[in-house]
Amino acid sequence: MSDDIKKIMFTVRNAPHGTIYVYEGLEVKLIMAAYDADISVVFMDDGVYALKQGQNTDELGIKGFEKTYGVFVDYEIENVFVDKQSMEDRGMTVDDLLVIGEDEDTEAPIKPKVVDAAEIAAMMAEQHNIMSF
Amino acid sequence: MKLAVCIYEGPYNHEASDSAYHFIKAAIDKGHEIRGIFFYHDGVYNVTKLMEPPQDDRHIANRWSELGATGIDIVVCIAAAKRRGIVDDVLVDNVRISGLGQLTMMAIEADRMVTFGD
Repeated sequence: MSDDIKKIMFTVRNAPHGTIYVYEGLEVKLIMAAYDADISVVFMDDGVYALKQGQNTDELGIKGFEKTYGVFVDYEIENVFVDKQSMEDRGMTVDDLLVIGEDEDTEAPIKPKVVDAAEIAAMMAEQHNIMSF
Repeated sequence: MKLAVCIYEGPYNHEASDSAYHFIKAAIDKGHEIRGIFFYHDGVYNVTKLMEPPQDDRHIANRWSELGATGIDIVVCIAAAKRRGIVDDVLVDNVRISGLGQLTMMAIEADRMVTFGD
């Protein structure tokens, strides 16, 4: 990847339901993936709930968007991370995480990568711009 | 420095729009360039000419329109706007409706992207 491709990170810090930030923010990620930008997404704080598999919004009467995360890898959004501490604080483990795509060769499911605060800080330091949804 | 500004919240209910406005004015006074302003989520309500606040209060939509008249590109996200009933007919002057591609270009071209909202 050439040096002039900008690195842009999205942070997801809000719970997936209750407000529209995370849902409309997902639309931004899918659009931006079509452009020449090196995109990464980090789920932290209540944002980790967005990655919980088995969400059901029927009784909320709103369209769920959990399944859309399953196209991330197809959209070449492969740098998807989740904050370890935020998960632990909310009683979540890797087993709770939904799948964001599958490996092209082995068809093995791909999940977001669990990282710690220091790793997130290091990635943030490399970004051209960071947007929060 | 070349700055882009995102505003996520509606007018009057939340301070985001006011803070963004004052930030932009201060940045311009300091000699910074504003690459663009992007309204997303409920932020799209900031630029409807249907608003009619009391006369002794600030007129948020007109304020943005005046800033747009200086040549700053002010963009309202079409997807967020359609969802909320914001269309060309109700926009104040000097503001345009366009897609998330515009936000992408701002994020790529600006040195810093500053977001106002929750």
